[in-house]
Amino acid sequence: MSEPLLGVVFAHADVAAAFVSAVRGIAGDGHGLVAVSNEGCDRVALAARLDAVLAGRSAVVFADLPGGSCAFSAAAYARGHPAVRVVTGVNLAMLLDFAFHRDTTPEAAAERAVRTGRQSVATALPPSS
Amino acid sequence: MSVELFRIDDRLIHGQVVVGWGQALGVQFIVLVDDDVRASDWEQELYRMGVPPEVQVAFAGVDEAAGLLPGWLADERRGIVLTGDVETMRRLVAATGGTIHHVNIGGVHYREGRRERLRYVYLSDQETAGLAAIVALGAEVHAQDVPTGTRVPLEDLET
Repeated sequence: MSEPLLGVVFAHADVAAAFVSAVRGIAGDGHGLVAVSNEGCDRVALAARLDAVLAGRSAVVFADLPGGSCAFSAAAYARGHPAVRVVTGVNLAMLLDFAFHRDTTPEAAAERAVRTGRQSVATALPPSS
Repeated sequence: MSVELFRIDDRLIHGQVVVGWGQALGVQFIVLVDDDVRASDWEQELYRMGVPPEVQVAFAGVDEAAGLLPGWLADERRGIVLTGDVETMRRLVAATGGTIHHVNIGGVHYREGRRERLRYVYLSDQETAGLAAIVALGAEVHAQDVPTGTRVPLEDLET
């Protein structure tokens, strides 16, 4: 059996570390997530930072902002690495779900993350009575 | 003037540009002046996919941009013109003969040979000379990463 997927949370400032810390707080260790920040990086340094973490592994990269440097850098990286998929608009629900469903392909995990993430976005209405 | 910002930013099109400045200035088009990206279809596609559909993205090489700049300046929409480094902006300012009056340094990050001037601005001596050349060509140069940030004049970066 192949190794479970790696998840890389790739985001602005301290966002990635905060997400990974929150997953650890809810799901414990062994969640398979690594945090990478874009702090202080130009495009070359961003690509190098991502490359060092992924190191040829099959993975899903969870970027924060579509149109942000992390998303662009990850998408450019994935172009040359078919075992890497990128999901933008990362949220806690998709990361928690990913943590428990890593024995699959990057493509299937990315599709699942998008589905789970979207389902978690809703208006929280107060109880009617 | 419909080009609201001429910006040097080594992350090219990214969050600060699209969301930070884009929202604050009501930007409707972004031009990336970069010879490498101009020659790369997949990179252009990548950047187009990441920008909201209401914002048009265009790509140009430096020589091409010099010819197209009058049209961007006459455009009734608001826009941002970006380069990824000091030298590309210097070439653009030189090629457009006094048309560009303000240049914003938005992000030049650490690399070997550069010295920290601000948290988001690291410059080599060659880049400092390039910025001085932009001033000599008639443009005012300042650093400012986000619209609410402090506007720092070039003189304060040269020490």
